[in-house]
Amino acid sequence: MAIGDTTAHGGALALEPGYADNAADALRDLRPAGETIDFELEQHHDAASTAQLGFWIYLMSDCLLFAGLFATYSVLHTRTAGGPTPHGLFDLPYVLTETVFLLVSSFTCGLAMLAMGRRSRGATLAWLAVTFVLGLAFVGMEVHEFAHMVADGAGPDRSAFLSSFFTLVATHGLHVTCGLIWMAIMMALVVKKGFTPSTVSRLSCLSLFWHFLDIIWVGVFSLVYLFGVS
Amino acid sequence: MSAANEAIVGRAPHGAIHVAAHGAAHGGHGSRKSYITGFLLAIALTVVPFGLVMSHSSIGTPLIIAVFALAQIGVHIVYFLHVNRSEEQRWNLMALVFTAIVVCIILGGSIWIMHNLYANMMPGIMQAPMG
Repeated sequence: MAIGDTTAHGGALALEPGYADNAADALRDLRPAGETIDFELEQHHDAASTAQLGFWIYLMSDCLLFAGLFATYSVLHTRTAGGPTPHGLFDLPYVLTETVFLLVSSFTCGLAMLAMGRRSRGATLAWLAVTFVLGLAFVGMEVHEFAHMVADGAGPDRSAFLSSFFTLVATHGLHVTCGLIWMAIMMALVVKKGFTPSTVSRLSCLSLFWHFLDIIWVGVFSLVYLFGVS
Repeated sequence: MSAANEAIVGRAPHGAIHVAAHGAAHGGHGSRKSYITGFLLAIALTVVPFGLVMSHSSIGTPLIIAVFALAQIGVHIVYFLHVNRSEEQRWNLMALVFTAIVVCIILGGSIWIMHNLYANMMPGIMQAPMG
């Protein structure tokens, strides 16, 4: 009976019912019943690493999207149409604070993954909550900066420089916002379901996404803010 | 069927060892030490270029900023994303290297082509931002 359940479960995970059924049959023939658990774990593991690789490929294609936006900004940043220039517009201490918030949130996200490795639900949720608050502070500061710029007549419609600036920085901000929504959903799932193979795999992908956004931000603050002011 | 059986027998012990090793490494998410090292390096590589530009230092040139940015991206990839040269990570690494090459082509190519275009077709505009 237990072996029957394993077969059904394995078939659903592997997306190749025939292969999994054959494999389970083979195990039943050759190995003691207890050892099928190893096989089931391997199935979870294979499904999880396939999901991770797939998500990694998504991140790489997202990276190409940002490369396009970085290239656009690089080409257009001198086209200020007589409007504000990067020199007078950007407030570096403000940007440094934003950067530190995002960097610390990346670190606390890593600590949440370590807590997940220990299967400590309380610590995982606590570190995810800290990450969420820091991410929210980052988005809040960015929205405040944008509102300030638009109010000062430096909105995206002012010049090609500002159009490309808002497109690049807001696309990153939108990604962070999506990450926050995803994080809130994952926290609710961990509370409700605990560490199932599915929540563990999804949390791992979320952590990759969060670290990836921090890498993109390194490009943004270097190319846009530091190059602009130096 | 016997070939399939052999394949399974070959796989099962590997799977068992694999899962055990995976669990010991906290689900492949690195160690506390690697996160702390990465975090300290990233903070240093952020604060130093900001400091150089904010203090109007003569060392705060675009080249130096680019070196710090690339170094920090490397730190993030190694210590936070845990990309390495192990068997498990081979395809992740391949995708990353390919992406890096394409990013270089997109960025370098765009800047190169558009610079030539501006220089050859709109000579008046090239001087405008400088003045």
